[in-house]
Amino acid sequence: MPSALINVPPKAKRGDVIEIKTLMSHIMETGYRHTASGEVVPRDIITSFACRYNGTEIFRADLYPAIAANPFISFFTTATESGKFEFEWIGDKGFSETASASITVE
Amino acid sequence: MRLLGCIALASALAGAALAAEIPQDQRRSGYSFMSADTKAMQDDDTVNPGMLWVLDGEALWKRKAGTSDKSCADCHYDARVSMKGVAAHYPAYEKAFGRPLDLEGRINLCRANHQQATPLPYESRDLLALTAYVAQQSRGMPIEAGDDPDLKPFVEQGRELFMQRQGQLNLGCANCHDDNWDKKLAGSAITQGHPTGYPLYRLEWQSLGSLQRRLRACITGIRAQAYDWGSPELVALELYLMSRARGMPMEAPAVRP
Repeated sequence: MPSALINVPPKAKRGDVIEIKTLMSHIMETGYRHTASGEVVPRDIITSFACRYNGTEIFRADLYPAIAANPFISFFTTATESGKFEFEWIGDKGFSETASASITVE
Repeated sequence: MRLLGCIALASALAGAALAAEIPQDQRRSGYSFMSADTKAMQDDDTVNPGMLWVLDGEALWKRKAGTSDKSCADCHYDARVSMKGVAAHYPAYEKAFGRPLDLEGRINLCRANHQQATPLPYESRDLLALTAYVAQQSRGMPIEAGDDPDLKPFVEQGRELFMQRQGQLNLGCANCHDDNWDKKLAGSAITQGHPTGYPLYRLEWQSLGSLQRRLRACITGIRAQAYDWGSPELVALELYLMSRARGMPMEAPAVRP
């Protein structure tokens, strides 16, 4: 039941620098831990995150085992036109989640 | 010399044990001990990871469960109305059992009686999510737990457990949280132990957790045997702590370091 929290300002003036905040629910199991009986807990992390603004990729990040659970990723971009931000998280064990948010640029 | 030091330490601890409970006007939420960064994380709902559980809880609230095929919403409708202020009164007295139940216990009782569903295990994602969703509806409202006269003996039991020394370190809750809350332990603020924000997201846990989890961790920390999940002792401690924090605003889901 993965859920994401996205914060994109609903409105901005053309040329404004806006902050985009994303929070994705994920355990980020490192793959370095062992159970009480000595077996390795298999790695289960998000490996990549990307954001597209009206189809153009504007931000990408690779994630590694040292990143805490429920990764919070925030970045800035320039509001150029009204449209849609699309977010995508990809990870181990076939993890793949998407979310989107709209912005009106005046 | 070392023996003298030991005696001095022992008498200092014994002296501390006599210290009074925290006066009303000096009570402080764990929030006030946190760094600006951690405070900012709690204050912004799009940054607070506890909100991920609230979102899940909102979905679960509407999902049908058990052989009765009813959801929470089928009886309680909109949680934003029906659950407003509810968590601020928990743990509350349950007549059928003759003892108090905490919010988790109440949710599971509702599941058993009205949904005919199996109880959710303590600390399971679903139980934490539902508890967080219900508790969030009381955000900003003053804690009012422990007013019910039926609860009096249980508040007293919780108070005794709070004061009682136990474990290999021979410490009671009060030795830290009443007597030394303005000091640090291994670099971390000790705090006064007011449960204003449960269930809350602890950065150390990398997860949401209940007050019972917090209490069990503290009891293990003083090297005593932790009470079982849902045991009357843990609920009595929860009840005493909530009544001790009466009047302080609810923060659920809070963030703590």
